[in-house]
Amino acid sequence: MRQITLSQAVNEAIAEEMRRDPTIFLIGEDVAEAGTPFKVTAGLVEEFGTERVIDTPISEPGFMGMAVGAAMTGSRPIVDLMFGDFLFLIMDQLCNQAAKAHYMSGGKLNVPLVLRTNLGATRRSAAQHSQSLHALVAHIPGLKVALPSSAYEAKGLLKTAIRDNNPVVIIEDKLMYQDKASVPEEEYLIPFGKANIVREGRDVTLVATSSMRQVCEKAADLLSEDGISAEIIDPRTIVPLDETTILSSVKKTSRAIVVDEGHQSYGVAAEIASIISEKAFYHLDAPVIRMGAMDVPVPFSPVLEDLTVPTPELVAQNASKIVFGEMIHGL
Amino acid sequence: MRPKKTNIEDYLRMYRQMVKIRAFEDNANKLYLDAKMPGLTHMYSGEEAVAVGICEALLVTDKITSTHRGHGHCVAKGADFKQMFCELLGKEEGYCRGKGGSMHIADQSNGNLGANAIVGGSMGIATGSALRAKLLKSDDVTVCFFGDGATAQGLLYEVMNMAALWKLPVIYACENNGYSEYTTTEEIVAGKITARAEAFGIEAYQVDGQDVLAVNALAQKLVQRARKGEGPFFIELMTYRYHGHHVGDINRAYYRTKEEELEWKENRDPIKIMGQWLASEGIASESELKVISDTIYIEANEAVEYALAAAYPDVSEVKMHVYAKAS
Repeated sequence: MRQITLSQAVNEAIAEEMRRDPTIFLIGEDVAEAGTPFKVTAGLVEEFGTERVIDTPISEPGFMGMAVGAAMTGSRPIVDLMFGDFLFLIMDQLCNQAAKAHYMSGGKLNVPLVLRTNLGATRRSAAQHSQSLHALVAHIPGLKVALPSSAYEAKGLLKTAIRDNNPVVIIEDKLMYQDKASVPEEEYLIPFGKANIVREGRDVTLVATSSMRQVCEKAADLLSEDGISAEIIDPRTIVPLDETTILSSVKKTSRAIVVDEGHQSYGVAAEIASIISEKAFYHLDAPVIRMGAMDVPVPFSPVLEDLTVPTPELVAQNASKIVFGEMIHGL
Repeated sequence: MRPKKTNIEDYLRMYRQMVKIRAFEDNANKLYLDAKMPGLTHMYSGEEAVAVGICEALLVTDKITSTHRGHGHCVAKGADFKQMFCELLGKEEGYCRGKGGSMHIADQSNGNLGANAIVGGSMGIATGSALRAKLLKSDDVTVCFFGDGATAQGLLYEVMNMAALWKLPVIYACENNGYSEYTTTEEIVAGKITARAEAFGIEAYQVDGQDVLAVNALAQKLVQRARKGEGPFFIELMTYRYHGHHVGDINRAYYRTKEEELEWKENRDPIKIMGQWLASEGIASESELKVISDTIYIEANEAVEYALAAAYPDVSEVKMHVYAKAS
């Protein structure tokens, strides 16, 4: 099968959906001729024109709000938010307006829009361009949240997001745009709320979101050298969350580590760990471990920044500890 | 210069619509004072000529966005008393099945995209509705209602900039009622409000918001032009709210005088002004106007009784409508 980058996969998903449905438009900063700083949308303006690939001023709340109004009245906007860190700028329009309109109107108003943005540290961009803020939006009822873990996932999940009748936030890891994966030529969609069992295993479950899937795959390789068999589950969407697949895995392995690049405290890893503890408690042989980003603003200096994110080595160390029963006093 | 007796039915309908808003608000206020309504609400009384003058220039397919002080816009755009009172009381038959309440009434069938409890929160929505109209080649116009207080929100300037750049069919209708919650407008506005729109190259007008004919004449002209792609436009409507910021804001002496309130109610009331004009032009006598008014108050009263007796939503509805279903 052909190999394409995550960036190409996103580009294809947008182009295919825009060809299918004329009510879809793309809006954001430098999405047209520039194709975004990551070149993800390059070439789309040539095919669809400036009416459907709309460059905006640097006015995130403004174009986010406009997408909400356009979605309420018959369009299906795809909003490009250049960095996930800018979520803080658009919170009112996303969380007070888009997320609540359907409920507050008793089902009268729909807001079918997609907000595409990114997460991920270690790009040496410091604290305002490196955050992984998906927990913020996952906390708000009315929003769906997808975290693709490869080019294949990015294309299938984005196409599903575009066809959803709700506001969907899809967050790509900005360090993965050039990562290649096998992506079929023919059309496919990946349903929301259906986790992917990336690798089957016996001794420990690693629940891994977004690029933490790659981290956990490397960790699983390290663990296998010590005879430990790790199962990797990629939830794909954290809202809705496929609890069933995660819980069946933990009931089989009796141990779980949840790895997510959001800050560890009050985060997505904490939520999933809590679900496991509540619903699979009597199947557990060890405490459920959360592994998130360190609770510090992301530092610039590479020697500091690299300390803040989960690594394959750290995941493997923690997995060994819980498998070999070294967890008596916690980590 | 007011229009002469060319459209008698239009004039009488504007009068009726203004009385309907006043009747709705008088009853909503009473429901609050009698402790029959949950929560608070914000009265539109005194500002009727703004909503009616503008909405009478719109078609049912045109869109509006509204504010926390939104009952007037809702009635003026064609909403039904019963469903509105049911919503205020949290009943199942309300416009939002009781989930929105006073500050979130949306009436999609009449083009009302909803009231909004975030001051300035709907400016993006209105401008986006206009963007959709342009992209999908529809000729509807969107009116964005907001107050003088909302001119302090940055969102307005982001979306006016884009509306002007892209010539969107949107009209920004700033209801300047003199107060930003409990603070006078002079204390929160630097320069002229209309100058802010003009800075983006948007044609801006100021109009007496107590004169429904003046508001309507301007709105007719601007709506037609916006429909032809000559928008956006900005209107500052000089008006007054009779009640406090909300129904519970009773003791207002620290920010405005009783004399000032009385002056507006006695001499600047939009319903009185229109009534006097209708009488002076021989379109309707005082007694005919009283019949119109009495009929509407009876209708409002019946709607209140209906809403008080209506059922609350089933508890199973609490989890309904968080997400829209697949189409």
